Amino acid sequence: MEVELLEIQDFISQHAPFDQLPEEALADVVRSVEISYYRAETNIIDFKDDINELYMIRSGVVEIYRRNGNLYNRLDQGKLFGQMGLLTNNKVRFPAKTTKDTLLYCIPGSVFYDLCDRFESFADFVEAEDSTRLKQAVKSKSDNANALTTSKVKTLLTREPLILQSDSSIQSVAKIMAEESQSAALIKDPSIDDQEGYSFVGLITEHDLCAKVIASGLSVETPVSEVMSTELMSLDHNAYIFEAMLLMLRHNVHHLPIMKNKRPIGLIEVSDIIRYESQNSLLFVSSIFQQQSTEDLAQLSAQLKDCFVRMVNEDANSHMVGRAMSEIGRSFKQRLLELAEEQFGPPPIPYCFLALGSMARDEQLLVTDQDNGLILDNSYDEKLHGEYFEKLSHFVCDGLDACGYVYCTGEIMATNPEYRKTQTQWETCFTDWIDNPNPKALLNCNIFFDLTGVYGRVKWAEQLNAFILRRAKKNNRFLACMARNALNRKPPLGFFKDFVMENDGRHNNSINLKRRGTAPLADLIRVHALAIGSQSQNSFDRLEDIIEAGILPKSKGADLRHAMELISLVRLRHQSLDVESDIEPDNNIEPENMSDLERRNLKDAFLVLSNAQNFLKYRYTANKF
Amino acid sequence: MHNFTNKKILNWNAYLQLQAQNCKDSRLKTFYKTGTYHDDTQLKEIEFVALDFETTGLDPKQNSIISIGLVPFTLNRIFCNQAKKWYVNPQDKLEEESVIIHGITHSDLKGAPDLRRILNQLLDELAGKIVVVHYRNIERDFLDLNLRALIDEGIIFPVIDTMQIEAEIQNKQIQGFFNWLKGKRPGSIRLGNSRLRYNLPGYQPHDALTDAIATAELLQAQVSYYYSPETPIKNIWL
Repeated sequence: MEVELLEIQDFISQHAPFDQLPEEALADVVRSVEISYYRAETNIIDFKDDINELYMIRSGVVEIYRRNGNLYNRLDQGKLFGQMGLLTNNKVRFPAKTTKDTLLYCIPGSVFYDLCDRFESFADFVEAEDSTRLKQAVKSKSDNANALTTSKVKTLLTREPLILQSDSSIQSVAKIMAEESQSAALIKDPSIDDQEGYSFVGLITEHDLCAKVIASGLSVETPVSEVMSTELMSLDHNAYIFEAMLLMLRHNVHHLPIMKNKRPIGLIEVSDIIRYESQNSLLFVSSIFQQQSTEDLAQLSAQLKDCFVRMVNEDANSHMVGRAMSEIGRSFKQRLLELAEEQFGPPPIPYCFLALGSMARDEQLLVTDQDNGLILDNSYDEKLHGEYFEKLSHFVCDGLDACGYVYCTGEIMATNPEYRKTQTQWETCFTDWIDNPNPKALLNCNIFFDLTGVYGRVKWAEQLNAFILRRAKKNNRFLACMARNALNRKPPLGFFKDFVMENDGRHNNSINLKRRGTAPLADLIRVHALAIGSQSQNSFDRLEDIIEAGILPKSKGADLRHAMELISLVRLRHQSLDVESDIEPDNNIEPENMSDLERRNLKDAFLVLSNAQNFLKYRYTANKF
Repeated sequence: MHNFTNKKILNWNAYLQLQAQNCKDSRLKTFYKTGTYHDDTQLKEIEFVALDFETTGLDPKQNSIISIGLVPFTLNRIFCNQAKKWYVNPQDKLEEESVIIHGITHSDLKGAPDLRRILNQLLDELAGKIVVVHYRNIERDFLDLNLRALIDEGIIFPVIDTMQIEAEIQNKQIQGFFNWLKGKRPGSIRLGNSRLRYNLPGYQPHDALTDAIATAELLQAQVSYYYSPETPIKNIWL
């Protein structure tokens, strides 16, 4: 006799992972259900009890605890528990207790195992806890990603570059180029002993042959070294296509050598990538450099949001969006500095304009303030040069504010005389921070440990970074202070109904995903990066270095990368949704606007962060060494 | 008709054995012979069966059963895999007004068996267990009187009535001077309303099986609130 258990069927079929099951399998589950009522504050299962059932909450609230008694999760209607025990030798791993009167549907282990065997979606759901589920979430996202924003330049290469010698005649070079159907060739100097062909001194293109030879009537017997371009830019083979386009647009070149281990492995040209071109941030960058005043730039900056939304909708990963947004931010700075120099005249002494924090890390999203500073030449004299740099700084910072990069509330800006220092003064400053670490003093200078040169003598920024790394690497007291500060901001436990649940069980209406997610992640990655002397600035790049250095327990590095990617993705997706619905974007997200999947994945990511913070605490202690 | 509605039988087991000797129908004889629990049996030891009828009307003398739902359970578990549901061909006409309530239509009842034909199965499910209903005047009286009409012999057995339990709880809660002063009135003891007080979910009423499950859940909740697994059955059966 077929009995219809209407209420049970209705309920179970609405909740994951049962909602994915075919009707007939669902009917088997429904028929197998046993129901049990628990009053509030009753233990349902205890640690190490035998467990032979999966539990589904029909109504009420159940809290799951860790072995040490800490709250692990709070579950309500439709949620499952007990699956971990069923999957690990049938012992309860996490005890469960009701906090409200609760009605449970108990599904026999035999039915559970059968579903795991027969339905992949079911097995994935119940098996994938924590980091595994997170990895899947990030992966499935990037699997669908648009080729434009996620492909690397090496995928564009079809052949080895043509490499010719600088003492060859223009005609012989042109002949080989014609035979090989190449529109450009790399030129090496035969007098430099370089058997592996690692270095080249110039680039010759069809355009050079036209403009510099034919148009000016130069003899075709002239050595090619006379007409080749020697101001060379190149890009690593792991760079994104996107970055190649940015570089070419920025410098108005049409060919770009692609390097692997300092050896050219190919040449790409604009036509290679033109098919990838979209209305993306590239055109935006190039138009930044066409603007003639701060007002024009401010007007253009209004389109930044749309550009951001387009990238998110094209399924760019957070790494790509972060890079593009940072590149755009840097371009605004560069153009403002060019305009400033036009207005105030050329600088009296060399300088380097610094970007700090998220822009230096290539992790900027939509809502961001400006953090910057200046490195001045050691010949700086306050009386002679002070006024120029003060004016220049105000011009740039005011301009940035007008373009939506609001003033830094902590006054970490070039307009603050304290952050216009000479090379020596910066070194002294960092020496003091690192050699006499004081958690309180270091609290506000995290941001200085992510720095990059944007304009002027950008090499100085690299040198300063190298200086910092040398000093920081072996300084355990400093690392311990940084580690302690990296623990100040902790992630929440997860979500409950439409609230964010904190570790002490309190509820909040929304969560700032930057403050509680990406920022603490970046903080802890920075500490590891400083400890191993990583030169990278971007958190993902730093993580690669950290994983390579082998200081993290196995697979934890990958977990961190997935957590970072996931939290960033949710952050940028919600900023993009805000823009699309005409709301001022921010970093706050209300759980009611999150999908179930986002909540589950975020919760897993928070757990990864929380565990990584615990590890950090244990790894960097001042007196451990 | 034995009018047991408001009278306590002191020794149910002895009474059922007596019935077994006196009754004529072999099916009823078997049912009575199975007997029931000793008065002092603790609730945690007992196998219950929640029972619910949908009927053509409210008068057991004139109206008849059209649907039966039941589910066996214990204090810990309700066994949905043993749940049963039947449609029954009524002796009287299916009136429009009752269709509105339970949603059972003529086409549902087309080909449905006569109560006599499922009597064996039904009594098998109930025998030896404690029947749990919400408002015993329906289930006990309808089964008794419908059988009298069909086989000229009625049926009687102990029941637990979750509505009676709820009524006593409500009455207890409004006793006392202060409650009188506050004008406290007893809450509704209908199945759905009673369930709300124990934070049990709302179900679509008037499906015999859903109501049986709802009644079983309610008894689990009532026992965990106001009794204990060690309470003897004699305290709550009727």
